[in-house]
Amino acid sequence: MTLALASTAGFTSTTRRRLWIERVTGLGFALPAFALLLLTILLPLAVLLWLSLTNYEFGGVDMDWVGLANFQKALADPIIRRSLVNTLLYVAIVVPGGVLGALLIAVLVHRRKRTRSFYEVVYFLPVTSTLIAMATVWQFLLHPSLGPVNGLLKWLGIGPIAFLSEPSTALATLAVIGIWQLIGFNMILFLAGLTAIPRDLYEAADIDGCSSGIDRFLTITWPLLGPTTMFVLVTTMITAFKIFDTVAVMTRGGPVGSTEVLLYNIYLEGFQYFHTGYAAALTFIFLAFILVFSAVQTFALDKKVHY
Amino acid sequence: MAKVALSSIAKSFGPTKVLGGVDLDIADGEFLTLVGPSGCGKSTLIRIIAGLEHQNAGSVAIGGSSVDHLRPHERRVAMVFQSYALYPHMSVGANIALPLTMSRLKLWQRLPLLRQLSAQRRSVMRGIEADVEAVAAQLQLDHLLARKPAQLSGGQRQRVALGRAMVRNPDVFLMDEPLSNLDAKLRVHMRTELAELHKRLGATFIYVTHDQVEAMTMSDRVAMMDSGAVLQLGTPSQLYEKPASLKVAQFIGSPTINLLPAATAAGGRLELFGRPLALAVPLAQGEAVALGIRSEALSLVQGEPGGNGRAWFSARLRRKENLGSEYILHFDLAGRDAAGVTMRATPAAAAGVNEAAEVTLGFDETAAHIFAADGERIEPRGQGAATGSVVPLRA
Repeated sequence: MTLALASTAGFTSTTRRRLWIERVTGLGFALPAFALLLLTILLPLAVLLWLSLTNYEFGGVDMDWVGLANFQKALADPIIRRSLVNTLLYVAIVVPGGVLGALLIAVLVHRRKRTRSFYEVVYFLPVTSTLIAMATVWQFLLHPSLGPVNGLLKWLGIGPIAFLSEPSTALATLAVIGIWQLIGFNMILFLAGLTAIPRDLYEAADIDGCSSGIDRFLTITWPLLGPTTMFVLVTTMITAFKIFDTVAVMTRGGPVGSTEVLLYNIYLEGFQYFHTGYAAALTFIFLAFILVFSAVQTFALDKKVHY
Repeated sequence: MAKVALSSIAKSFGPTKVLGGVDLDIADGEFLTLVGPSGCGKSTLIRIIAGLEHQNAGSVAIGGSSVDHLRPHERRVAMVFQSYALYPHMSVGANIALPLTMSRLKLWQRLPLLRQLSAQRRSVMRGIEADVEAVAAQLQLDHLLARKPAQLSGGQRQRVALGRAMVRNPDVFLMDEPLSNLDAKLRVHMRTELAELHKRLGATFIYVTHDQVEAMTMSDRVAMMDSGAVLQLGTPSQLYEKPASLKVAQFIGSPTINLLPAATAAGGRLELFGRPLALAVPLAQGEAVALGIRSEALSLVQGEPGGNGRAWFSARLRRKENLGSEYILHFDLAGRDAAGVTMRATPAAAAGVNEAAEVTLGFDETAAHIFAADGERIEPRGQGAATGSVVPLRA
């Protein structure tokens, strides 16, 4: 501090030399982190941006500079529009379901003493399982004629529902599977948040008249879980945006495009049709969506959250 | 305003017995302190009174009627926690207002969105605000109402916790080590403030502390607890001047009471370090007893020791502690199988003792507290019971 306040004119050559060494050392320490950032994030992003402005096709010998044509094409493409709407719909189901459901389970599990770890393991299992393997199980469970779910529905008198091959139910079914996979992880995060709330506060609230569960939840639990909820919300949203594996394995975008989602289209364009330049432009749009959503949520909610 | 009556309260956590049948009657408007070492059950007892914990047996009555079936907020008690337990996401004003919003607004009037529909809500909230401001003014918190607890100092948080307790006008204030998290200077200051608050409000205060100084300075009566039982209940001076047992004597008073090993000779006559005393107790010959002597009861003996009902022994100075207005002198009992003793001395008297110097310490035998081997207090036998004159202990 004193060095910074002193005037440069008064510096002796040794002081100046020490300042220079300090600066070089500081940059030296920052270099490895910066190099990693450059190599793993900034450089690939730059390549992606450059590719998106060309008509490069994978394996092609030459390519042309096409400017923003890829982006114009993407925004006009009805398939891309549909996949965007489908993705947003999927996010709109998975985020509330995955966050509120996990919160509910966490609150219920938190009160258990002896059985708590049992429930934790059970709800966390889907997170540890490979979704592609589990997708086969889901496919069997939901099968219109062989699956036990439809067996139960039939027994209840509700006709068989072709969950995955009916355009009106396919996306919602995938969303339910998405929630099933996410909920355990979110529950663990909420449980950590719940454990961090001091017991004193609940006791004080009990004496102050917060006797019902709703009062305790609204007065203490919900506000103090703010930071956790914020984190869970943003990560769940990003995960939901990245829906790909269930679509690729179970529906391939069908029936009649009802489960076409953004990432699946990028995959098709880039790896099936080898339109690398176009896929790069789509990836850019995808990244922009995630960025905007996360930023809006963070700035809108940050003010309401008590840390 | 209410009296509190506890009858044979027992509590165990699993196999651990915490309270074993505690009976306690606390008068209306009294300041009663539960004091004792950690783990003695005092906090559990106050939590049972608050309704945060349920007793396994016994009954709590507040204002003459049993409250065992009532939830904490229905018992008309308020509690101040050691950690203050302020709601960190609420402003000071909202913290203090919470008990009132809970009791004066219906559930639907408190729910987000729905509450906008209530016509009365606004007028009720105005009443609550006025009450909060009145309490805040009493505690000099009026300029802090908009702050969050994290922006307050320890002493201010403590006052917010008090405000939240006061705003409901409870019959009974329960305080669980409320000053433990404050620094030493503030603690002394808050002691006075709490005592004055008690006088001003006239409510019943039940105060838990492990600090005997707090117990001595603020209370009308003190209940000294250990191992889940009340060892002695009385005014601070009763506990200090006539401790019922060795544990009470050792806990109350600072520095800790000096204990000298004595034994009974023929006729129950006491002997200290082989020298006979004028004291006699109703015990058989050869029993070991402990003589408790407060540090202020000891004095340096110049010239010929003994005589006139005064006992003496020799000791060697180990250390002087300067407290400014007085000194605490620590002595070793040279070559004796006993812990050292401490003595209060004026600076002038302390100046006369040199380090490692051998001195003679004396005390008035009537000032000695006698404890049997089981820790119970024994009153010395009255005049004529033994030879020599025994002056009865002052009451």
